[in-house]
Amino acid sequence: MSETQENLQFDVIIVGAGPAGLATAIRLAQLAKQQQRAYSICILEKGAAVGSHILAGAVLEPRSLNELIPNWRELGAPIVTPAITEQFLLLTATNSFKLPTPPQMRNHGNYIISLSQLCRWLATQAEQLGVQIYPGFAASEILYDAKQQVIGVVTGDNGVAKNGEHKANFQPGMHLYANYTVFAEGSRGSLTKKVIAQYQLQNNSDPQTYGLGIKEIWEIPAVQHKSGTVIHTLGWPLDSHTYGGGFIYHLDPNLIALGFVVGLDYSNPYLSPYEELQRFKQHPHIRKILEAGRCIEYGARVINEGGLQSIPQVFFPGGVLVGCAAGFLNVPKIKGIHTAIKSGMLAAEAIHTALQQSEKLTNLTAYSQALKNSWIWSELKTARNIRPAFQKGLWFGLAYAAFDTYILRGKAPWTLHNKADYKQLRSASSCKPINYPKHDGTISFDKLTVLRLANINQSADQPPHLKLTNHQTPIRINLKVYNGPEQRYCPANVYEFVSNPQSQPYLQINAQNCIHCKACDVKDPTQNITWTPPEGGGGPNYINM
Amino acid sequence: MAVLIIAEHDNLNLNDVTKHLVTAAQQLDTEIHILIAGFEPQQVVTQASTLANVNCVLQASNNAYKYQLAENLASLIQTIAADYKYIIAPATTFGKNVLPRVAALLDIEQISDVTAIISKNTFVHPIYAGNALETVATSAAKIILTIRPTAFMMCNLAATNCKIKNLDLVFELNLSKYLSIETSANNGLPDLSAAAIVVAGGRGLHTKDDFEMLKQLAIKLHAAIGASRAAVDAGLVPNDLQIGQTGKVVAPKLYIAVGISGAIQHLAGMKDSKIIVAINKDPEAPIFKLADYGLVADLYQVIPELTLLLDAK
Amino acid sequence: MKCLVTVKQVVDPYINIRINSDHTAVETANIKMAMNPFDEIAMEEAMRQKEAGIISSITAVSIGPISVQETLRQALARGADEAIHVVTSQTLTPLNIAKVLAVLVKQQQTQLVLLGKQAIDDDCNQTGQMLAALLGWAQGTFCSSVKIDVANQGITVARETDYGLETLQLRLPTVITTDLRLNEPRYISLPNVMQAKRKPISSINLDSIISELRTEIKTLKVEAPPQRKAGIMVQSVNELLHKLQHEAQVI
Repeated sequence: MSETQENLQFDVIIVGAGPAGLATAIRLAQLAKQQQRAYSICILEKGAAVGSHILAGAVLEPRSLNELIPNWRELGAPIVTPAITEQFLLLTATNSFKLPTPPQMRNHGNYIISLSQLCRWLATQAEQLGVQIYPGFAASEILYDAKQQVIGVVTGDNGVAKNGEHKANFQPGMHLYANYTVFAEGSRGSLTKKVIAQYQLQNNSDPQTYGLGIKEIWEIPAVQHKSGTVIHTLGWPLDSHTYGGGFIYHLDPNLIALGFVVGLDYSNPYLSPYEELQRFKQHPHIRKILEAGRCIEYGARVINEGGLQSIPQVFFPGGVLVGCAAGFLNVPKIKGIHTAIKSGMLAAEAIHTALQQSEKLTNLTAYSQALKNSWIWSELKTARNIRPAFQKGLWFGLAYAAFDTYILRGKAPWTLHNKADYKQLRSASSCKPINYPKHDGTISFDKLTVLRLANINQSADQPPHLKLTNHQTPIRINLKVYNGPEQRYCPANVYEFVSNPQSQPYLQINAQNCIHCKACDVKDPTQNITWTPPEGGGGPNYINM
Repeated sequence: MAVLIIAEHDNLNLNDVTKHLVTAAQQLDTEIHILIAGFEPQQVVTQASTLANVNCVLQASNNAYKYQLAENLASLIQTIAADYKYIIAPATTFGKNVLPRVAALLDIEQISDVTAIISKNTFVHPIYAGNALETVATSAAKIILTIRPTAFMMCNLAATNCKIKNLDLVFELNLSKYLSIETSANNGLPDLSAAAIVVAGGRGLHTKDDFEMLKQLAIKLHAAIGASRAAVDAGLVPNDLQIGQTGKVVAPKLYIAVGISGAIQHLAGMKDSKIIVAINKDPEAPIFKLADYGLVADLYQVIPELTLLLDAK
Repeated sequence: MKCLVTVKQVVDPYINIRINSDHTAVETANIKMAMNPFDEIAMEEAMRQKEAGIISSITAVSIGPISVQETLRQALARGADEAIHVVTSQTLTPLNIAKVLAVLVKQQQTQLVLLGKQAIDDDCNQTGQMLAALLGWAQGTFCSSVKIDVANQGITVARETDYGLETLQLRLPTVITTDLRLNEPRYISLPNVMQAKRKPISSINLDSIISELRTEIKTLKVEAPPQRKAGIMVQSVNELLHKLQHEAQVI
């Protein structure tokens, strides 16, 4: 039996098997089941397996999961480490000071989890409900009909050589059609970016802003491990003008999820988020936890920091944006999973209603309305001014945050606004290089050494998936004006300025190292770099991230 | 109880791997026999009989064994197996092809690629491409092992007091027939997988000519040429020279890494080399962390200089 | 001609393995699993022979717990006509696997068995050879090319050996083990993955196939290999040469 075009027609296609995409699928399948129907739901996932490209801190607020799958505990969800102890620390180079934990950061009732593990579990729940999940297939293009409605997606070609020629095993991508297409690609999704541009969805919102989170998982001796400990830090090693901070979560069994987030609105092109993480680990209080341990995983991903102000219009003809693709992360809480799941559920409900009425390819304004009526909106509204206040630096930010939280209780009559991250970079000549300490090989490492802990599998013999609009710009502008910030903000050593035999500099793109974090797409000062999905199945293979 | 070593040879000369196996055999038992199955391999038999601590060399000469066809050899070995507690072969393509067939005929589980003998029935062998070492024990009455030759020293030679026994056993199962062999042209340089010395180039080299420069050094050392993935990706050398996790794994006595930074994926392919030399102009290159001798210098100066000095010797 | 292909589920080759805390095995919990790469090559070869009209049907077999069905689905997506799951929670050594396969081969009246030359987890490189012995068949190991001549009931293979490429002629029925350069497996298309979800997998319990297993080999421990330590830095080519000749004695 051969598959015909009709069989690649679905009720709903979801791009991305993250928490939002999976929640959308599960909710849709549940709603259909209630009516003794079944929708054909297809999830396309560019990672080799569900969870391969999933990375988050993470401390989960189970609120929306309780709504979606109330008996998750009986069903064996990998949610086993309750958050017990909290610390909110201000670090200096040698010391740490406990700050009172802000109410929005209190984690009573929450759990420390691995989001990759949770997604794998959600995927089995989805499959049991009849959802079809296809890992290893990257959606690379959007399909529009003559009326500019989104009618589906195209998966990427396989077997194209680096020079663009078709190899012997070339396989063209497939066209998949749906009545509704859900973009659940996570933060700075590549198709999401196109759809936002296509329908001008960002016009009435602030630009989205981002942070780059770089994370490691460490195995530590039991004696150092205190299950359920949640630590967040501010201050050192960042200067007072750069937003960011560290996190350390003690996961069962003897694991530490440790990481550092740097706001990508940083201005010094000499800053390296990776090296900030490396020196963060060298803090005496942190070093002593890690000294007898072993780093077993590494990865990075951008997260949304724009909050309520930066949420675009979430519907367009034939489709919707869910989860971090739209941007529902609560920045002060550093939590986005609970809102991602809830947004998926609301999208599913709107899609279900439309499909019930035999509608398709419409604008699901009901989804947008439901979001605005939900706790997602009220939660994000309360939090909306905290992050933007840090544009004026750490001390102002902390003071304002305290004021906004305790006095105004999130009900400020004003709304602070966000500016695009890529515009914030200053020229190298106006900034000072940062003297990062040498790596010691036990706590801190060079990028190449840790990169193997991301379990990357990405063929080098394919066209580079990081596309430059202008090939002169990297040298003419990035190197000349900004001293090549990409060689520093990329956590995977993808971008290297090297000299050819004639001693001329050029930008070497080691695309096979890419861990799909999207930092380059966000931070390139002239927006010259566009991240596109490489061959499906390629990229990192996160296990417990 | 005795050890039977299945010898690797080409009917003219005994392959050196047998010497490593004799050393391994000494850790198993004092009675060591070697089987030479081939076609008119008298010279090989003589060579085998000069290996120290070998008590007996068994000769089976027949056209059926000329090309070491597994079906015939295995049936032969099965027939004489009763006398031996241990039957061992090198973990080479020859040994890997024949020995499992023997094991199945004898209904014994085999242990592959032994790198250490802990006791008479306990062995260590690599798994997961050498990223882990497994120690296993067997309670079987007969023990069948392929042995990694480089994990054991070569045995000495000794005065001939070794018995020679002729086996008049012919097993021609007529299941397979040898047609030909094609050896690759290496300009007289040894094959990468088997070379005692390897000179490997990495991203520090920029052109194919640079690899020609390495080749001049390799000729002086009678070494094989290898490359890191970076050099292969840059199109400087064909991919069968790639050493690393996704290429060849080598363990020569001397590995000279030229302009190679030492990414873990490359190290996976050469970390078992006896002596590692690293030449790189970047003092921070990770390869210096495991090189026995490191030289921070410009390879374009060092390699010609080294070649010249070796020429003078 | 009927063909049997064995497919083993192994830790994905791109994952950096870790050893579990009690040093008894490599950690596999939550780890991405994949079809043994050499088995992918075997499946590809089977497909090509089928497309050439030489093989009439491909049966994929895997032995293990329920999780191996994922690998069987991949085999179905790669063109297997049917899939057999031999259910067991035990880890079998190659000899026992060969015994299971021998029973299936006889039941299925297979004439050609394709296996990967080794699994990238245990690196044993034994199963194919053992199966051939149990069946009394010819074996073609480490093959980089396979040409089947049905009329003359023979196969010509090129084998990758330490000495170069050896060409042998084998009698059918045959056991072939695949080496890396035999072929480059095709990409699995989405329609094939979707189709594979609908093809049946037949499950058989291990003890209904063989009653007696050889269990003499036991794993005592699994450890990381010793880490190499740094040596010394030399200052000149002369010094390097001197050290290599006189200290290390490798030149």
